[in-house]
Amino acid sequence: MPLHIVVLAKQVVDPETPLSAFQVDGRRVVVPSNMSPVVNGFDEQAVEAALRVKEQTADAHITILSLGTDFALDVVKKPLAMGADDLILLEDPMFENSIDPTVAVAALTAAIRKLGDVDLLLAGRQASDWDNAQVPLGIAETLGWPVATVAKKVEVNDAMLRAERVLPEGHEVVEANLPAVVSVSNELGTPRYPNMRGIMAARRVQPTIWTASDLGLDAALLAPAFELMELAKPQSNVETEMIVGEDDEDAGRKLALRLREARVL
Amino acid sequence: MAGNGILVIGELAGGALATSTLEAIATARGLAASLPGEPVGVLLTGSGLADAAQTAIAHGADLVYTVDSPAFEDAPSDLLVAAAHATVAQAGPRSVIGTKTLVSRDVLPRLAFRLGTALAQDCTALAVDDQERLLATRPTYGGNAQATIACLGSPAVATVRAKTTDPLEPDAARTGQVIPVEVALDGVLKTRPIERVEQASEGLRLEDAKVIVSGGRGLGGPEPFKQLDVLATLLGGAVGASRAACDAGWVSSSYQVGLTGKTVTPDLYIAVGISGASQHMAGCSNAKTIVAINKDPGANIFKEARFGVTGDWEKVLPAFVEQLHELLD
Repeated sequence: MPLHIVVLAKQVVDPETPLSAFQVDGRRVVVPSNMSPVVNGFDEQAVEAALRVKEQTADAHITILSLGTDFALDVVKKPLAMGADDLILLEDPMFENSIDPTVAVAALTAAIRKLGDVDLLLAGRQASDWDNAQVPLGIAETLGWPVATVAKKVEVNDAMLRAERVLPEGHEVVEANLPAVVSVSNELGTPRYPNMRGIMAARRVQPTIWTASDLGLDAALLAPAFELMELAKPQSNVETEMIVGEDDEDAGRKLALRLREARVL
Repeated sequence: MAGNGILVIGELAGGALATSTLEAIATARGLAASLPGEPVGVLLTGSGLADAAQTAIAHGADLVYTVDSPAFEDAPSDLLVAAAHATVAQAGPRSVIGTKTLVSRDVLPRLAFRLGTALAQDCTALAVDDQERLLATRPTYGGNAQATIACLGSPAVATVRAKTTDPLEPDAARTGQVIPVEVALDGVLKTRPIERVEQASEGLRLEDAKVIVSGGRGLGGPEPFKQLDVLATLLGGAVGASRAACDAGWVSSSYQVGLTGKTVTPDLYIAVGISGASQHMAGCSNAKTIVAINKDPGANIFKEARFGVTGDWEKVLPAFVEQLHELLD
């Protein structure tokens, strides 16, 4: 039996979207149609972690699970181009991106149960849209699997997980039996770029699509935890004073004098 | 919605009650003001909790639930979730609150899902609405948007961003009740801590620094951080960095200020070569004064900074430091 690794990869609004292009319409975030979405950065790191485990394992298979609506196929196929084997899209109007992680946890858990033979579940430490950092923990809790968060290294030996977790001052090594859940942080390192061969291979892969009913889910099973009351752009009330000099050195000196004058120093 | 007050998931730091927990107790007291007669409880886990329990009471707790065991030493979240879950069952709170620390960022989401709900994460304000629901305000999209959500689960579960509330002044005359909670911890530990590698942090902790000099992508390499260090030393402060500088390997990740790094609240935050992505600002926007030096006049940092210089940091910074020397001598 190959080691079956599932990686969660979420399609998100590009976090590099400039604030000025970023609009809130009612309870939704709207970005201009010429801004392409991206795979959540931490999830790309989780894909990289999976590929490194696969390279160290005789026989491993990587399935990407992506949940949402309005998928851009060339975006969600990026993990395939990096080297993952399969892509399953959980696509249903009920899976619309929400600040409430309840639906995502229920649907992704149902998908993992449907797959049946998952040994290791990897995901980014959080998604750059809602920054909830809850879905991997919620899935682990629902399945009763061990979980390690904010990992910078993931290894599997003899059905045993070994992960290095980032701490504010250092790191912690943890072990757990498989199946297990790991959330991955940017300290793991830069994800590999897809090469031409990977891109061509990804083009040929036809994603599997599972809807809510394929997963045995209905609205009654997906009771929300939150009601979104308001979504707004925060107002900055800082008035910036630009210090100008004859040249850069002069500006530096004037900055020091101004900070002294303003009693900041 | 039934009553039974607010339960704070407490944490210790070096044997004493963590400042973040004192802040959470103050937040809970604020909420309890809208819920007459309902108690503020605090859960403490560890061994030798008597002093910390009294500190919690002096700072506003009515009830302190204790799970006394040496097993909590490395704060394994499997055990903490079990302790919190048992305490919620015993105390029956309407809301459970933690702060977004290393420990509770694992424990609170798991507790929420074990209780059949989800967590309102990293909130900057909490309130009780006219239906007695917990209303949580939180930054999203890396700070580009702000959401207000009503928690529908019972209990509601929320974490609060550090430094959003000041601890209450301690009152040694306050009284409260300490209630031991029995929790079966055998067989609960599934993710086993094997080894902890501490990276000796040099000098002042970023979280405690009154002045922080931070460097970003614009510095172009590790060398310039020495200059930041000189400036920080001159001002009695510490050096920080953006995620870009940490990811590039110029400084270790323990320097990182931001959403996924440290949340800092210095009096003065000097950002050098930092564009000011919202991801970074989430960690430093509570600084009293932000000063930015950046060559890009359109950089987002200038929208958040009180004082700014558009220019080449290699020229601006040495002149700034030299002038400071003159002023401070």
